[in-house]
Amino acid sequence: MSLLTDLKLPTGAARQEKIATAKKKPRKHNDVLFYLSAGFVALVVLVAFFGRYIAPFDPNAIDFQLINAAPGQDGHLLGTDQNGRDIFSRLLVGARSSMLGALIVTIGSTIMSIIIGAVAGWYGGWVDNLLSRVIDFLFAFPGLLLAVFAVAIFGPGLMAPAIALSVAFIPAAARLIRNAVVQERSKDYVRSLEVLGFGGIVIFLRHVFPNVAAPYLSMQFLCFGYSMVDLAAISFLGLGVQPPTSDWGLMVSEGQSSFLAGTIWPVLWPSAAIVLTVVAINYVGEQLTEKWGGRSHV
Amino acid sequence: MITYLARRIGAMLATLFVASFVVYGALYLAPGDPVSTLISGNVVTPELIASVREQYGLDRPFLVRYGEWLGGMFTGDFGQSLRFQQDVSALMASRLPTTLLLVVMAGTLTVVAGIALGSISALRPGPVDRTVLNATSFVAALPVFVTAFAFLFIFGVKLRWFPVSGGGDSLGDHIFHLILPSVTLAFALTALITRVTRASVKEQMVSEHVAVAEGRGVSGLKLYSRHVFRNALTPILTQSGIVIAGLLVSSQIVEVAFGLDGLGSLLVQSVQNMDFPVVQAITLLVVFAYVFTNMVIDFLLPLIDPRIQIGGRSQ
Repeated sequence: MSLLTDLKLPTGAARQEKIATAKKKPRKHNDVLFYLSAGFVALVVLVAFFGRYIAPFDPNAIDFQLINAAPGQDGHLLGTDQNGRDIFSRLLVGARSSMLGALIVTIGSTIMSIIIGAVAGWYGGWVDNLLSRVIDFLFAFPGLLLAVFAVAIFGPGLMAPAIALSVAFIPAAARLIRNAVVQERSKDYVRSLEVLGFGGIVIFLRHVFPNVAAPYLSMQFLCFGYSMVDLAAISFLGLGVQPPTSDWGLMVSEGQSSFLAGTIWPVLWPSAAIVLTVVAINYVGEQLTEKWGGRSHV
Repeated sequence: MITYLARRIGAMLATLFVASFVVYGALYLAPGDPVSTLISGNVVTPELIASVREQYGLDRPFLVRYGEWLGGMFTGDFGQSLRFQQDVSALMASRLPTTLLLVVMAGTLTVVAGIALGSISALRPGPVDRTVLNATSFVAALPVFVTAFAFLFIFGVKLRWFPVSGGGDSLGDHIFHLILPSVTLAFALTALITRVTRASVKEQMVSEHVAVAEGRGVSGLKLYSRHVFRNALTPILTQSGIVIAGLLVSSQIVEVAFGLDGLGSLLVQSVQNMDFPVVQAITLLVVFAYVFTNMVIDFLLPLIDPRIQIGGRSQ
């Protein structure tokens, strides 16, 4: 299904115009937003590491005397959920599983896409043919479907959907690497390096990969944001991390009944946490893509 | 043309064949005995074990069993649900209309809104363009379930314009119940169409044939629809193929959030119940729907734009 990848980018005059408008943009305004987003992402990463040490309450302490408390009541900064658990503490602790899953997906898809793309592009011939078919085939499995299917086989939790999603994120990234390798492979400098006795892996890492490193890494940065949304959706469906663990997607799903009865806090706070984090990550990713001249995921 | 058609259909069948093998064989990747995987989560009775063994023919070779299962698929026999003790095909048929209606409504909304917003964005550079771009990329970053809850709260709980759960009885009632869910789905996916439309229309706007048409005195809607939009349509259609994947998988989330009885909520329920025959059938159906619609789009492209060489795009 190679048809899914080739988006037409504006060419010729349209491109010139795009470059012109990009130059006209007030640079400073963008930078402030960029640093704000990057700072927020850094904060969430810190919370993911140290959240459980700064949480004011035990995230799993149930208090049936104080169900669905409003923010600020009895020292509960963001209120309590349907079991009387402190929402702020659960948010702090839940940052870990929400970020960890996306990290697994990003690292997994990075390693696998580099290996598949590089091997296909380097060896060419039937190896390339076979691996390109595998990539085409993977395009036919939407990520979330693959993740749900993986849960059916391996059971709910963090790992099964995360591994499935990292497979689902391979195709576009692997193709980027493959095309770059094919392009460089036939050039004279690569041949001379080979003649000098350098191995394929060294040539790839030192001379070929740096050519695509910028667009590739910005693509993987966006992958982090997308996989966070997908994993939150899996948690929301009850197929990811299981109760009583604190996880943002799971918190939204657990708050559903109180929410429909009119108490919005248990759903609002974790939703806001997910949205703010993902918007910040995507914004940083898009700015990096623009700076480094890459192409965003489809 | 015939050869091209045959080749594309052949490629689709090959993809589906491999997909079916993966979907069927995956069961044997699961840790432990397939029987324990198949019956876990159900009330274990000797009858159930016997029925699972018989249905899956676990004493026979793998490839024979796979062949029989695949053969059954062609005749509409998807096996028996372990949880509902009912034919999977009957179970799916009862859930299909809701999902189909949801996907069609949301898909129409996505494409119409995406094309409209993208066109406006391309034709009005400056603040309008920037507003549309920023708004759509923000909305695209919202997880589907968050949008669902926001709409449920505003239009269901507060304003009470729409029901908060359930699918309705008559067709009109169905459509009414599906308005909020399809707007939710469209919200998540419109940005994909908007961006492509914007880029493609912009590219056409500065092309020579548009300038010539303008010089001849063609203007307004006629200039746009005949000379700009028609030429800009190809990438938009290709992108719509990707949107279909989004519609199919995100309908699971929307169905669960809005309490709809569709295929998506059945899939989630079946995964939770470890009802494997249902999971296999729905997974394969979704892959089929996705691959098939994209093939249809592939066939439509040369009809819309004769400059596209048949088969050229899949190189």
